[in-house]
Amino acid sequence: MDYKAVVIGSSAGGLDALRALLTRINRSFSLPIVIVQHLSPLSDNYLSNYLDNLSDLRVKEVEEKERIEPGIAYIAPPNYHVLIEENRTFALTVDEKVNYARPSVDVLFESAAYVYRSSLIGIVLTGANNDGSKGLKIIKQYGGLAIVQDPKTAYVDTMPRSAMETVKVDHVLNLEEIADFLNKLRGEV
Amino acid sequence: MRDNQDIYEEIRNIEIRLLLEAIYQRYGYDFRNYSFAHLKRRIVHRLSSMGLKSVSQLQHYVLHDHDTIQQVLMDLSINVTEMFRDPSFYKKVREEVIPILKTYPYFKIWHAGCATGEEVYSMAIILKEEGLYDRAQIYATDFNQKVIKKAKEGIYSIENIKQYTTNYQKAGGKESFSNYYTAHYDSVIMDESLKNNILFADHNLVTDGIFSEVNMIICRNVLIYFERDLQDHAIKTFLDSLLPGGILCLGSKETLQFSKYYPNFNQIDAKEKIYRKKYTIPE
Ligand SMILES: C[S@@+](CC[C@H](N)C(=O)[O-])C[C@H]1O[C@@H](n2cnc3c(N)ncnc32)[C@H](O)[C@@H]1O
Repeated sequence: MDYKAVVIGSSAGGLDALRALLTRINRSFSLPIVIVQHLSPLSDNYLSNYLDNLSDLRVKEVEEKERIEPGIAYIAPPNYHVLIEENRTFALTVDEKVNYARPSVDVLFESAAYVYRSSLIGIVLTGANNDGSKGLKIIKQYGGLAIVQDPKTAYVDTMPRSAMETVKVDHVLNLEEIADFLNKLRGEV
Repeated sequence: MRDNQDIYEEIRNIEIRLLLEAIYQRYGYDFRNYSFAHLKRRIVHRLSSMGLKSVSQLQHYVLHDHDTIQQVLMDLSINVTEMFRDPSFYKKVREEVIPILKTYPYFKIWHAGCATGEEVYSMAIILKEEGLYDRAQIYATDFNQKVIKKAKEGIYSIENIKQYTTNYQKAGGKESFSNYYTAHYDSVIMDESLKNNILFADHNLVTDGIFSEVNMIICRNVLIYFERDLQDHAIKTFLDSLLPGGILCLGSKETLQFSKYYPNFNQIDAKEKIYRKKYTIPE
């Protein structure tokens, strides 16, 4: 399958999970990765700077109307939802919270599914709520690939479990396996 | 590979564009150059809550049913707001903008896209605390009449007051936030003295021109919903409305940097998106 983008959602425990995942991704990884990590609304861009320093991959915060480039991991800014436009640019919105969260994983996943359809990979990681389940379901409906962090390896297993209950997921993997899976995609693009 | 999902989505996108055209031709609200991803999200959710199968079905109701168009207009205009949203912005206004306003004997401020008015009352509180309120004429506009009405009433849910109080303090508030409202069961009413110099009005940034000549414009989290060219259209309206040396404040994630009118402004604070119109217009 010819994948064009990866979307990831994480919440409680996500900082460590994202570090473990992103630091294992090869520099030559050639798809864009878009990440929603639940954060306090008043936090700054600490997370993207922190992950950028640790990983080979370039990590940056999503900017309004920015063009989505391959091989970059984008992090949703605190207090904004991230949407993806048909022309592969980002839109930010201040719409109501979804699942008590802004940014919300569901909002990103749904919007990405409309645009990337079957060439999208959705990944749900650790978290203490249900955000991401509905979005992952939409990704599957559009023929995309659904991956969930093995709940046994998650810091909080509610979010991955909820995703597995809602969606017939394609792969349940630990973080190292998810990184290996993504690294192997290279070349097929 | 083009599978059924691709074709389905392509057709749905066509239907959404037709719906926007229908809304424009029938009601004059022009969403055609808003963020498509935003519009689509809201429209798709409207379909599912009305139990409709296609955007074309929704178009029928939008054209013929009063309640549906009212509902869709609410869906597409996002009225989410707070008192002292982004406290660091209001802090910067105190530090950098208030000293400029203090040099004027009289000045006008325009809040464009003020939603239910929380932003307007926040600014009014700052002006009061800085001893400038009596010198100010404040215009607060939005294209959504329902929210303008609410803004005028200045009645808010008590649920949010705790967070607003925190925001107020973080924004450098000098008094007790409770001085500015009276609690009444589960709501609070903003103090009348904050309302005296505020004029609430209907104004559409897409289809209406200059509202008034002003010294300061606050337009936060509105342009974020516009495509680039429409953003520039609104920025041109702001440029024409601002007196030389006038202040323009945008939302934290909005920037003038990519606008073709950027050379007409100086940056006062890059992070808080505060700009000042130049006295001489560059060639
Ligand atoms: C998210 S709210 C922002 C409220 C406030 N400025 C803030 O930052 O908290 C966006 C507001 O812009 C208004 N709006 C959207 N399009 C508009 C237009 N074309 N003209 C005027 N107001 C518009 C909406 O009705 C809504 O109230």
